[in-house]
Amino acid sequence: MDRIPILKIGAALLVTIQVDLHDSVAMALEEDLSNMIVKAGAKGVLIDISALEIVDSFIGRMLANIAGVARMLDADTVVVGMRPAVAITLVELGLSLPGVKTALNAERGMALIQRRVAESGLEADHAAGEF
Amino acid sequence: MRIRQIVRAAALEAGLSLVDQTKIITAASELARNTLDHGGGGHASIERLQEGGRRGVRIVFEDTGPGIPDVDAALRPGFTTGRGMGLGLSGARQLSNEFSIATEVGRGTRVTIARWK
Repeated sequence: MDRIPILKIGAALLVTIQVDLHDSVAMALEEDLSNMIVKAGAKGVLIDISALEIVDSFIGRMLANIAGVARMLDADTVVVGMRPAVAITLVELGLSLPGVKTALNAERGMALIQRRVAESGLEADHAAGEF
Repeated sequence: MRIRQIVRAAALEAGLSLVDQTKIITAASELARNTLDHGGGGHASIERLQEGGRRGVRIVFEDTGPGIPDVDAALRPGFTTGRGMGLGLSGARQLSNEFSIATEVGRGTRVTIARWK
């Protein structure tokens, strides 16, 4: 089965979504991410959707689900790289992505997560040899 | 889903803007998923429109599934019988210039959407 790779960068996990997601791939991603959050003690999940031409309610639900599970496991979810046309369409579609933070690009998303790590005083755990 | 590529090609050819292309492809994606999940699979046809100087795209989704008993409820944002968000039909209507639905319980459902330049 196809699986989407998850990269660990410091206190964050980075996922880049490039292909059309099928149900099974989306569910595997949710599961892999929640396992990785616990194993790595990640404080944030960055989901890069800059390659997606459209986000429909199926993908929106997946993003909201991931954010919900991550929240339970004490990690923030930041969706980065949304195309302008996708943002306009999502608003018109009525999709609000509850619990999902957004940032314009991966760099800003990472800064959001690092700020949270700094605030919670956890940087010492992750500073050693991660970057 | 291959339907997206076909809709995009038709939308491009009709001269739709990037935002309008994105809207109609998203609407088509919602309806294609409805056809698969609720209609048990079906058929989509895509038509390029030309009316005077206006160009556009029309897509018809047809299935022979169980039909929709209460169309008004099904069109309400947030209404769902499955595990979705209930934005499929209402969202597709919102994203299209033309929207119509014909459904009969036990016979199937046909949804037509169009987007003009």
